[in-house]
Amino acid sequence: MATPEQSVTERVEGPAQPPVNSDPAPKFTFEAKNVSIWYGEKRAIEDVSLNIASNAVTAIIGPSGCGKSTFLRALNRMHELTPKTRMEGTVLLHGEDLYSSSIDPAIVRRRVGMVFQKSNPFPTMTIGENVVVGLRLNGVRSHKFLSERLEKSLRMAALWDEVKDDLHKPGTSLSGGQQQRLCIARALAVEPEVILMDEPCSALDPIATAKIEELINELKAQYTIVTVTHNMQQAGRISDYTAFFYLGKLVEFGPTTEIFTNPTQRQTEDYITGRFG
Amino acid sequence: MRSQGTNNHTWRKIKSALASTTAFVSAILVILPLGLVFFHLLINGITSVNWDFFTKLPAPVGEVGGGMANAIVGSLELLALASVIGIPVGVLGGVYFAEYGSARINSVLRFLADVLNGIPSITWGVVVYGLVVLRFKSFSMLAGGLALALIMIPLILRTTEEVVLLVPNGYREAALALGVSRWKTIVFIVMKTASKGIITGILLALARIGGETAPILFTAFGNRFWNHSLFQPVAALPLQIYTYAISPYDDWHRQAWAGALILVTGIFCVNILVRFLTRGRGASVV
Repeated sequence: MATPEQSVTERVEGPAQPPVNSDPAPKFTFEAKNVSIWYGEKRAIEDVSLNIASNAVTAIIGPSGCGKSTFLRALNRMHELTPKTRMEGTVLLHGEDLYSSSIDPAIVRRRVGMVFQKSNPFPTMTIGENVVVGLRLNGVRSHKFLSERLEKSLRMAALWDEVKDDLHKPGTSLSGGQQQRLCIARALAVEPEVILMDEPCSALDPIATAKIEELINELKAQYTIVTVTHNMQQAGRISDYTAFFYLGKLVEFGPTTEIFTNPTQRQTEDYITGRFG
Repeated sequence: MRSQGTNNHTWRKIKSALASTTAFVSAILVILPLGLVFFHLLINGITSVNWDFFTKLPAPVGEVGGGMANAIVGSLELLALASVIGIPVGVLGGVYFAEYGSARINSVLRFLADVLNGIPSITWGVVVYGLVVLRFKSFSMLAGGLALALIMIPLILRTTEEVVLLVPNGYREAALALGVSRWKTIVFIVMKTASKGIITGILLALARIGGETAPILFTAFGNRFWNHSLFQPVAALPLQIYTYAISPYDDWHRQAWAGALILVTGIFCVNILVRFLTRGRGASVV
């Protein structure tokens, strides 16, 4: 009973909730309850309960293989693409069960967008086509609507001024950082409610990283953002809440300032001070 | 000490020169047969390539002149028919292997497709003879096209599967994460990304079956006159070359050379088209 993981649950009473003092009724985008995920025989995450606040940035940190990407992918059912996956527990998006049998995973992913570690604009498409491909393939035909959404998404991704004259050029002609912002614009174009980011800056140089971080900060006014990161300083800079995963379990969760200045768990402290991981 | 170093250097230079000379000679030996064949065809065939050759039917036995118009068109019709059957089955089958199915069953099917690729083409001719020609009691264009399609399918299937597997998983994930359905992701993202490779596989398969003679012998049979009906025997260029080449008439021999020249040129052009398609790697990964 005295293991550190269990004492966490004692601390936060059931599902870990970020204490929001100013708001009497905190709004949660996601409510994950007792989520466990197996890849074949291997349990990737174990009994994770976590509530993710709306219009805030939540960072998931932890050493490699701790299940942080798996948890992120469970939020839009992307983990199901891996063969032989099994899941227990529930994930609610605005109170609605994402795993209910009546819900099409494609609809879930339209509501919960995702940006990946490696920027992946479609190589056969131009910059413009890349942005609106999600709408097009979901049946939107109106040219006017598409071009409006194109500009809006690129502006939100802070890329419009750089590419507005090159919309017909291949998406792969952009630099690494621009490609990643193009992918963010592509995710924004389908107007999701949440954006998940799986180490969005790990392949970028510091300047491009700074731009993405600035962008994340701007986007949280309209979106709930959940990001996985390996970079502790980045988690500290961009996130409002931080969840620390270790060996498939949620060790500690709370406001970022608290996690970084006054962690309650020894493992959290060891990890963020660089003693392991 | 120093002189030894220089000696070593000289010796290494000699070895390097030897190696590159051997490689150069080997390369020439590889290219030489192609050059010789084409040169020989050109010398023997070019005199008989004229307007009549492309526009006229074969002349009756004993008369000089005539052409292979029906065989050229017949070959194109057979290729078109084989494509209509073979391309959809081959491409969709390849996509299935790459995108769906279980790994264990796929590896068995893949092995079977490789076995099919290794079957001598005359076997396909005999098979279609038994299945179609005997049943309809007639040689036909349909039977010829089917035999060629059966040769095409495993070829296209394997190349399609390989190029589809080359498409990085990141593109599939990116599309699925936008809420795009699985089949739309496969058709509009994965297959589009791999389209150059798929088209290359199709063209190479066409070049391969364009020159097949044996399966035609048992199925389309050949015809000295025009035929555009699916259910009648039809002429084909390789078969016409074969018939003319083993005939006792000098004029037919000359026409056989001309036919071979046209056939090789056509296949050559298809291969150049393939080179052209695979050259620009700018916008595509495959």
